[in-house]
Amino acid sequence: MDAKPTTSDDADRNAEFEARIAHGETIEPKDWMPDRYRKQLVRMMSQHAHSEIVGMLPEGNWVTRAPTLRRKMGLLAKVQDEAGHGLYIYCGTETLGVDRQELVLQLLNGTAKYSSIFNYPTLTWADIGAIGWLVDGAAIVNQTMLAKASYGPYARAMVRICKEENFHKKQGFEIMTTLAGGTPEQRRMAQDALNRWWWPSLMMFGPHDKDSPNSEEMQRWGVKRKSNDELRQRFVNLTVAQAKAINLEIPDPQLRLNEETQNWDFGPIDWDEFWRVVKGDGPCNRERLAARNKAHAEGEWVRIAAAAYANKRAAKIEAA
Amino acid sequence: MKKDGSPKADSQWPLWEVFVQPPGGAPHEHAGSVHAVDAEHALQNARDVYARRGEGVNIWVVPTNAITSSTPDDMGPFFDPGNDKPYRHPQFYKVPRGVKM
Repeated sequence: MDAKPTTSDDADRNAEFEARIAHGETIEPKDWMPDRYRKQLVRMMSQHAHSEIVGMLPEGNWVTRAPTLRRKMGLLAKVQDEAGHGLYIYCGTETLGVDRQELVLQLLNGTAKYSSIFNYPTLTWADIGAIGWLVDGAAIVNQTMLAKASYGPYARAMVRICKEENFHKKQGFEIMTTLAGGTPEQRRMAQDALNRWWWPSLMMFGPHDKDSPNSEEMQRWGVKRKSNDELRQRFVNLTVAQAKAINLEIPDPQLRLNEETQNWDFGPIDWDEFWRVVKGDGPCNRERLAARNKAHAEGEWVRIAAAAYANKRAAKIEAA
Repeated sequence: MKKDGSPKADSQWPLWEVFVQPPGGAPHEHAGSVHAVDAEHALQNARDVYARRGEGVNIWVVPTNAITSSTPDDMGPFFDPGNDKPYRHPQFYKVPRGVKM
């Protein structure tokens, strides 16, 4: 699946490109790059941007029902950040020569993918805690690695995002801590949310390395610096102690510390479920797309008004 | 954009590059880009996207197509005049031992 250099000139450029990556140099928008590097980055970055945008929906579901004003302010700020993160990454993707409008349309018409985690429902307030703690926690592990990606605009967007997401994770963990230390019913709610979000969070890192052909190529090109399985293990190792600290139980009877590797070994992941959700049959795939399309359609008058206003002002300035 | 260059409702609005000056007197730094119908709209979008936490005391927005950039292919010859002049650096000059500068 390598980029096929067609001429000796391309072969030279390709060799030079790979050498730059090997030296840890950053690739910038106007630099020569193999078509496939560009294509793979557009795919990966646009999926990432879409995930930020769709990621607003499960949490937006709880903004009006947050239990206190403090929680509501925190959640609103988090959801607003996710919109910002989507825009940072769309802006980075555009530097590869794609049109943002095109990417947005791909999301709306269902041809683009986004992270499957957002196709799960947020049934209780505790889910907002679990999302911040686990989903943002997993995203931080992934994005900390991507902050060193070989493509400059992507890496710079990740640096900005990582700084902001630490707040997301902490607000989630604070919600979980409060519920876990609350009434028996609140405790049950927290444990139930952990039970439902744990395995989908592990799936966020993607298929096992042996089943992930894109992954090897992205690592060779320095876009990814660690494999899916390495990142997943890092997330599990970080999270086990956090769950213990608030007396919640990770729903995996096979979870145990491996004395030799000092890693927490975990049980098998249900990849059938993973592929089912990726292919569109998760609990909320249709609902999410319908919500995005509705928001886009309902925003149309704003786009028309903004353009009309700008045209009117431009005409006035021209006339003056 | 329509042919006359004015923004249309459901097409891509023009692209603007955003430069944010952090507090404390540091120079403006490139933060990213936004789409907007005009400069004022671009400033508002830039504030919402790139300065949600007091990151900036000032923002510049510049139409992306107004920026002229050096090209990677010319990098060698373009920067060459500055690369072979070690005498522009303080390390080039010798100071008697024991003298603090």
